Amino acid sequence: MRAFEYSSPRTTEDAIRMLSAEGAVALAGGTDLLSLMKDGAAAPSRLVNLKAIPDLTGAHETDGGLHIGATTRLGPLGEHRVIRESFPAVAQAIAGVRSRQVLSMRTVGGDLLQRPRCWYFRAGFGLVPMHDGQSMAKTGDNRYHAIFGNAGDAVFVNPSSLAPPLIALGASATVLGPDGERTVAVEDLYRTPASSDESEFTLGAAEIVTGVTIPMRSSSNATYEIRNRKGFDWPLAAASVAASDGGARVVLGHAAPTPWMSAAAAGALAGGISEASAQAAGDAAVADAAALSGNGYKIQLARVAVKRAALAAM
Amino acid sequence: MAEYTWPAAGDRLHIGKHISRLDGPVKATGRAKYAYDVNRRGMLWAVMVQSPHAHARITAIDTSAAEAMDGVVKVQVIQDVGTEIQWAHDEIVAVAATSEEVARDGAAAVKIEYEVLPHFVNERAVDEAPDAQPAQAETTGDPAAAMASAPTKSSGTYHVAQIAHCSLESHGQVAEWQDEETVTLWASTQAISGVASQLGERIGIPASNVHVETQYMGGGFGSKFSVDRWGVVCAELAKETGRPVKLMLDRDQEVTVAGARPSTHAEVSTAADADGNVVAWDSKSWGSGGPAGANSPPLPYVFAFDDQTHMHTSVPTNTGPARAWRAPRHPQACLVTMRALEDLAHAAGMDPLDFFLKNIDKTGERSGTYTEELEKGAELMGWRDRWRPRGSGTGTVRSGLGLALHTWGGRGHRSNCEVLAYRDGLVEARIGSQDLGTGTRTIIALVLAETFGLGLEQVKVTMGRSVLPASGASGGSTTVGGVSGSTRRAALNAVDAVFERIAPRLGTEMANLELKGGQLHFKDGSMAAMPWRQAATLIGVNPVSATGANPGPGQLNDSGVGGIQMADVSVDMETGVVSINRMVAVQDCGLILDMKLAESQVYGSLIMGVTYALTEERVFDPHTGQMLNADMEFYKLAGIEDVGEMIVHMMTGPGYDERGVIGLGEPPVIAPGAAIANAATNATGVPINEMPMTPERVLAAINGGMA
Repeated sequence: MRAFEYSSPRTTEDAIRMLSAEGAVALAGGTDLLSLMKDGAAAPSRLVNLKAIPDLTGAHETDGGLHIGATTRLGPLGEHRVIRESFPAVAQAIAGVRSRQVLSMRTVGGDLLQRPRCWYFRAGFGLVPMHDGQSMAKTGDNRYHAIFGNAGDAVFVNPSSLAPPLIALGASATVLGPDGERTVAVEDLYRTPASSDESEFTLGAAEIVTGVTIPMRSSSNATYEIRNRKGFDWPLAAASVAASDGGARVVLGHAAPTPWMSAAAAGALAGGISEASAQAAGDAAVADAAALSGNGYKIQLARVAVKRAALAAM
Repeated sequence: MAEYTWPAAGDRLHIGKHISRLDGPVKATGRAKYAYDVNRRGMLWAVMVQSPHAHARITAIDTSAAEAMDGVVKVQVIQDVGTEIQWAHDEIVAVAATSEEVARDGAAAVKIEYEVLPHFVNERAVDEAPDAQPAQAETTGDPAAAMASAPTKSSGTYHVAQIAHCSLESHGQVAEWQDEETVTLWASTQAISGVASQLGERIGIPASNVHVETQYMGGGFGSKFSVDRWGVVCAELAKETGRPVKLMLDRDQEVTVAGARPSTHAEVSTAADADGNVVAWDSKSWGSGGPAGANSPPLPYVFAFDDQTHMHTSVPTNTGPARAWRAPRHPQACLVTMRALEDLAHAAGMDPLDFFLKNIDKTGERSGTYTEELEKGAELMGWRDRWRPRGSGTGTVRSGLGLALHTWGGRGHRSNCEVLAYRDGLVEARIGSQDLGTGTRTIIALVLAETFGLGLEQVKVTMGRSVLPASGASGGSTTVGGVSGSTRRAALNAVDAVFERIAPRLGTEMANLELKGGQLHFKDGSMAAMPWRQAATLIGVNPVSATGANPGPGQLNDSGVGGIQMADVSVDMETGVVSINRMVAVQDCGLILDMKLAESQVYGSLIMGVTYALTEERVFDPHTGQMLNADMEFYKLAGIEDVGEMIVHMMTGPGYDERGVIGLGEPPVIAPGAAIANAATNATGVPINEMPMTPERVLAAINGGMA
């Protein structure tokens, strides 16, 4: 393991300054980063702990909606009154994490920015692993890989629990960096890399997510996950649905290199949620899915996840 | 002379009661020290460099960079240049350093060059195997003719994936030399006595100079009988450096190199007559557990038919080698046989319970036991009221019932025990056995206490050290019969020896004395009963010592059990997710010494069975031959939410108790997968022929994607 510096700033300004050093990485709950370091898949020279910055934690209502600090832990967030009453899609996604230990440590920012669970990536072959000029995952064992957005060589899936419900609810993320603060839609945090040298996030150097804001729009919303195990297990498919008078949004997790927004599924729900429209949304969501050599079953699971998320939101 | 029997039902003080394991509190509080917890003064850590290639020849090894690192004390080549590596993660070099972190860095600095050779890891594709080894068919009668004339036929192809042992405590040990000729090994092992002999041989010192110690152990399941390469290199590094060395496997090493249960794939055809009697069996199986392939599972399992044939092909692969996994070959054989017979029952239009009962005489000498157990299981499951023909369910989530039979030997192994009685009243058993976590320590204590008529707090068990009287390896359900036999005989002999010593001091005859309820009784009533503590003072400063062995005089144990299990599952027809509602296990194992430990064994087996039935398998990358899920994230073990309700019934009383003690480690882990697969088939209406029953596979079956 590479020896590293550890710093624990009290302000975001100090954090950004400390993160500007070559090889510096932000540390929040550590549920992902520490295991990456133990696996040798990450070797930062400096860890900048964000958990000691008071501004970054906790959730409170603002004019723009419910603001959630980036280092707010998932467990307490799932108990938050506004989350429980207005955003069950978020509460259900948090419940799906299952592990008490992870719920106690994982933060909102860390969940949104966790690295893919792709077993080729975790074994050190890179995010877009290649073998003899071909995508290693495409030609290898891809039972857990992407069914959307997989035309190129990157076929890992985004693992975030919170991204699908937050995107469905129209949440924005606040990003702070050396050049100041900017606000982006949560879905715009993600991109599909062309090679292992590129990032799957749109954050610039020394930028951090400081929080997310969910607009206080009234909506019917829900998240539905399908897992092999009832306990701690990565979903094989996940979907979040939020429907209001202004229309619906449908987002799939564990389906593509980025959280996957389905306009077609949203369109099917535009006239309201019913048994029939939920079914139609599921079908529409996977109409343009493309199976790899070993993950065709995930198309059916994605269809069912969308349908059941819609029904749960009804 | 003592009579070597177990006490009669009315005379039992501890035997058969629900007694909690004696080491529960020290384990729950962390005071129990496992091999991993042993830390010695000046100790070094060793880490092994492993091959990234599944098949390769080592062409160069350069350890100079590692040796030059601060903190690296010794680098030892395990497999040298020229060696042909047969599986990924095989151990090539070990690095000992002052800390685990430095040892890891040192291992990363070792440069090894390979000539990469073609590998084969997809054992399911028997036709592509470069070195498949078909065996001769074993045939009884004329199955082809019996098949041809039978009115009811069924066939299917069944698959059981290769799985790992995945012991919670990984393999490994701490080695420390006392002098040039004597070494102590704190090892996580199922065989303290055997490991001492193996290590002595490998490093050229007398076995008696190897002291192996295992007080507590975090699971082995058949994978921890050998000293292994890492045990040898650990001892060698300790000798070379003159310092204690700890070498424990990482989780990824644990699941890749430290144990695999072979896969089994089988094509089966069966036939029954018009009354539902099975008249023919024909199976062709293949499977692999690594470079040595895999031996044939015992097919057909439990049942033997007049007209049957079986042929097996062993498929060597470039994957980490097989080790015995609880009831070797039986769980695979059980899945294949019970699924095939369930399919035949369906073809015959029969409830499988009736169908199995109809054919129960074909199970041989255990048929009476199976009949009693099936009736008991049916009662506990509510089978007669609840079973519906295959595929009767409607709706998205459908439930179903399934059952399976299993068998095992479980005769007690060779074991020696010394019992000492001290004048302070303490009675001690010394025995060179190990407690894998199954409760062996508790069993020894209760047999000793039972024999002396004492409370469990008045006896002591000294075990887990190879210098103690030799006892067999703990495998194959042989331990409980072995240690209870040797301890009972030693304790009975010790009671006699105590009487022999104290009778003259009491002015009476040996034969007039009896130990019961913590007191010394005089059978002729010549003196009032005396508390054991008071009687023990007459022993004097030299404790009384007596020994006992297994096997030995009297029938204290036996071999051969049958058991049945039933599963009630629900299957989500849209997602293929299988949920366990309830498992019923009915099991005989002769005389049960501790009902709680026995039931715990069955509960644990059901959990392990649910795991291999639903989630557990080794996945290999076709490109590299590396195991892709060498972690506990995608090598999936069941959690408490997955296991459902478990109902355990142990067969006891006349017909069971008088057989003596029979092992229980293997039997209950054999049938859960088969019972669950039959239940999932009953629920979905389509054959669910493959373990683990992941959503992917169950959906494929529902959608007709499987044969």
